Amino acid sequence: MHFLARVFVSLKPAVNDPQGITVLRALQRLGFSGVQGVRVGKYLEVRLEAADRAAAERQVAEMCGKLLANPVIEQSRFEVAEEAPATH
Amino acid sequence: MSLNRRKVPAVPGPGIRAASAVGRAPSGQRARLRFGIVVFPGTWSDADCLFAVQDVLGQQARYVWHMEADLSGFDCILLPGGFSYGDYLRAGAIARFSPVMDAVKEFAAQGGLVLGICNGFQVLCEAGLLPGALLRNEHLQFRCQWTHLRVENASSPFTSACQQGQVLRVPISHGEGRYFADPEALAELEREGRVVFRYCESDGRITVEANPNGALNNIAGIINRQGNVLGMMPHPERCCHSLLGGTDGLDVFLSLLQWRARLANTR
Repeated sequence: MHFLARVFVSLKPAVNDPQGITVLRALQRLGFSGVQGVRVGKYLEVRLEAADRAAAERQVAEMCGKLLANPVIEQSRFEVAEEAPATH
Repeated sequence: MSLNRRKVPAVPGPGIRAASAVGRAPSGQRARLRFGIVVFPGTWSDADCLFAVQDVLGQQARYVWHMEADLSGFDCILLPGGFSYGDYLRAGAIARFSPVMDAVKEFAAQGGLVLGICNGFQVLCEAGLLPGALLRNEHLQFRCQWTHLRVENASSPFTSACQQGQVLRVPISHGEGRYFADPEALAELEREGRVVFRYCESDGRITVEANPNGALNNIAGIINRQGNVLGMMPHPERCCHSLLGGTDGLDVFLSLLQWRARLANTR
């Protein structure tokens, strides 16, 4: 079975995010006065083959723990969806 | 602080090696230190490291490609600065899985000396050999400039030739050097005297202005609990010759030589 995992990596709340603050200020300058806060993170799409959804989720969780996020400064979450086999 | 307090030959050349090896090696030191300089794809300070330890200090050194897995025969491993694997994902995140890093972990576990500079520091943190992480500079700028460092712990193998509180003038060159650790880890580092270098003013005062990247507690370099693995953002290898505008970085490498000599004398 083929899956697409969408992985979201963001800085932990306690970690200062100067990029987010800079984007926040830019948005406010543009007139979006209601913007309260911005945090910049990463979005990854991982295509993988696995026996079933649970196996795919286990793999992606392991990927996050080992490489995709650094637990010292980041947190991650992901969504796994079945998809048609890649054609390339 | 005098920038030229050591007489370093003005022009590098064949004479340097012999002159420096004789003139600099601490007394009691016979055998030369054997340095391994790890090269990842994207490492850029490897030649500077080689110049510092081989040409200026007359020690043995060779490059170690990141696919190598055997570090036996080395006394000290240098992880130089640069952009290993393009800094993709996070600085050091992919380099830590290179075969050589398993060997570095093993080398460190056996007490071998490991010095990570700039990107090398980031790799050591990603690999879990040092606590914490290096984040994007607070002002979001890449900074290439001289900084002053106060030696906070002069009893490490990397600083034993320094005086406690001595101020070194060493350049930085990074965009992600803001040291971060959670409050417990940070308190532990401070309590155990493992903050080795702190950004300071030229007179040694620790100020917000002297902090070039927003690092917690002005931290520029830390050491592991065993005391044999040091990570620092500034580049000592880039200020080890008067031609480079400063020689304070020599203190770090001379400390290693001195450390080795001391070990030899106590055996």
